[in-house]
Amino acid sequence: MEQTVSYTLDSTLETVDHAEEKATRIATELGFGEDEVMQISMAVREGAVNAVLHGNAYAPDKKVILAFQRTPEDLVITIRDQGKGIDLNGIPNPLAPENLLKTSGRGIFLMRSFMDVVEIRPSQTGTEIKLIKHVHGRSAGVKEGSQ
Amino acid sequence: MSMKLSTRQVDGVTIVDASGRITLGEGSVLMRDTVRDLLAKGNKKIILNLGDVNYIDSSGIGELVSAFTTTKNQGGELKLLNLTKKVHDLLQITKLYTVFDVKEDETAAVKAFK
Repeated sequence: MEQTVSYTLDSTLETVDHAEEKATRIATELGFGEDEVMQISMAVREGAVNAVLHGNAYAPDKKVILAFQRTPEDLVITIRDQGKGIDLNGIPNPLAPENLLKTSGRGIFLMRSFMDVVEIRPSQTGTEIKLIKHVHGRSAGVKEGSQ
Repeated sequence: MSMKLSTRQVDGVTIVDASGRITLGEGSVLMRDTVRDLLAKGNKKIILNLGDVNYIDSSGIGELVSAFTTTKNQGGELKLLNLTKKVHDLLQITKLYTVFDVKEDETAAVKAFK
């Protein structure tokens, strides 16, 4: 994998699957373990769902920009939409007893559960989600060796 | 791999055998339609056998919650059977494991209905 790869994707359900597939492939190539690959791919899937559904609202003229950056310490994934931005204060805690039986609202929680760092930057021209997974343990060795 | 569902009856209980992925889109819709169809036909004792479900996302979790609450609201009961480690772990971190009635043995799950 190059240091950074970027994709511009349509606001469709297929994009969600494609984003997940790309994350799985890249995380595997970088030497992450099976569980970590699953975590990374699911976090990317949830980020892509956010961008396609809640950000761009399936608008055909709006794109999702997905980028993977490899640094010596991290895999940094950025997912950007062109929507109106999300209200972070309006996101309820899915673990609160009154929210446990809600049928939605777990995407950002899952991203935060699976990644080491999650940064969400909403703006009126779109939301950017940055997902970071540290490379450690045996993964680091494999990753260094594959450079 | 997309999701596949099949249903069978055991001692008055409907067992829904699911395989593949329960994710946003087709998988979630299929799960929703199947459970609603069962309830509409009066099948109110339902077991979701997730033994061959290898992937589930937040939408899929939402569908499980929806299936559980819809069944309960209609006077029925829904249990989960044979969770894979991935699904088990997801239900743990979302604190839903204790909300659902989770079973590991089909015979015991069928007998557990009132």
